[in-house]
Amino acid sequence: MLAKRIIPCLDCDLQVPHGRVVKGVEFKQIRYAGEPVELATRYYEDGADEIVFLDITASHERRETMADVIKATTENVFVPICVGGGIRKPEDYVNMLRAGADKCSTNTAAIHNPDLINQASKVVGSQACVIGIDAKRRYVEDPKENEDKIIIETKEGYCWFDCSIYGGREFTGIDAIAWAMECQERGAGEILLTSMDRDGTKDGYDLDLTRTMSENLDIPVIASGGVGNPEHIYEAFIKGKADAALAASIFHFNEYPVYVVKEYLKEKGVEVRL
Amino acid sequence: MITIIDYGSGNLKSIKNGFSKIGVETVVSHDLYEMKNADALVLPGVGAFGNAMEKLKDYEEVIKTHINCGKPFLGVCLGLQVLFTESEESPGLKGLEIFEGEVLHFPESVTAQGMKIPHMGWNKLKIQNECPIIEGVGPEYMYFVHSYYVKPTDESIIAATVDYGVDVPAVVCRENVFATQFHPEKSGEIGLKILKNFVDMVP
Repeated sequence: MLAKRIIPCLDCDLQVPHGRVVKGVEFKQIRYAGEPVELATRYYEDGADEIVFLDITASHERRETMADVIKATTENVFVPICVGGGIRKPEDYVNMLRAGADKCSTNTAAIHNPDLINQASKVVGSQACVIGIDAKRRYVEDPKENEDKIIIETKEGYCWFDCSIYGGREFTGIDAIAWAMECQERGAGEILLTSMDRDGTKDGYDLDLTRTMSENLDIPVIASGGVGNPEHIYEAFIKGKADAALAASIFHFNEYPVYVVKEYLKEKGVEVRL
Repeated sequence: MITIIDYGSGNLKSIKNGFSKIGVETVVSHDLYEMKNADALVLPGVGAFGNAMEKLKDYEEVIKTHINCGKPFLGVCLGLQVLFTESEESPGLKGLEIFEGEVLHFPESVTAQGMKIPHMGWNKLKIQNECPIIEGVGPEYMYFVHSYYVKPTDESIIAATVDYGVDVPAVVCRENVFATQFHPEKSGEIGLKILKNFVDMVP
């Protein structure tokens, strides 16, 4: 059986030399956590199963900086690396893979041009095509009046999930579950699913969102957004049926180092790599 | 010199970095002359079987001569699969035929048990037979990412397996030919140990 994966995420601001890792709260307030290469190396040594770098500036001028960060990281880090932010063309995938990355995550670019998923998966393989989805709950009074959406019942009421783009700054009205299923059809290999309602809150992952997504897909789902302690990660695996759990601030500020989280999970009977 | 065969597949940098980390310089090359003179060859691989075989056409002879001379050879992931006779991924196309056997897609029984495809993530080795490439390696977790697995005719070449609904051969070896279905260069310190074991066999 596969071990459940623990994935630290580095939100990178690449406007300074070597970049810096930042942490937003609900996609807004910013705190600094350190340099990307240095943090990634620490997480690798702590037992991270994979590391995600997200370029939050995501502009073309910074693409080279991100490639340099990946090159430097992979000299000492021997677990899979995923890069997101500003990946728009199949060539961007190829360049990041050449720099040493194993996967690329796209969000806005895939929504604007879904064919990118078909093209990129043909060139670099499905395993390298991660789709990032930032989803926000939209509550509805009557589920029957919204038949074009996948409505689920939560303890807060009926809702569907709206895909957001541009790092949470714009909403599309696209149903997140249906979109993920389309991505799978087009050749995506994995979904990195962030709850915008929970991101930065430390109240735990949106388990309804995670579970619904996981049950509707054959490809792995990475839960993201809202983790505040190891129990939340346990819940994401057991109740949310996630294949992997992504977290940022609990690792950055050393509240719970990766190995502490893994030891906790192992004690609770979850298969993890220790 | 250890030569990593560059036939246009994905991330070659990581495997080179893996060797560098254990203090061994390697060359990434698509030059036939360089491959001919290599003390050891590494065949990486990401992508589809058919596509890889197309691109390997030019190198097939060099690879076979290298192996027949008894020089160490390491195949990784798709670089393991192409050593076999043929693959369900690309029907009608022959592999390198170093080993006899087929490459199969994971059966539906795997997804029926709620497991996802590709088989992506960390899985635990079950050691089946002694092999110098996994010397000192126990039931450790290694990083896998693939949708097809090999079924060797001669099961005695299987040195280790993992369980993913079916028994997946994870390490195969015979004499000077070694191959891993997982990525040693992405499997942490224990993956580097496997690269070290390979290096130790290079004269």
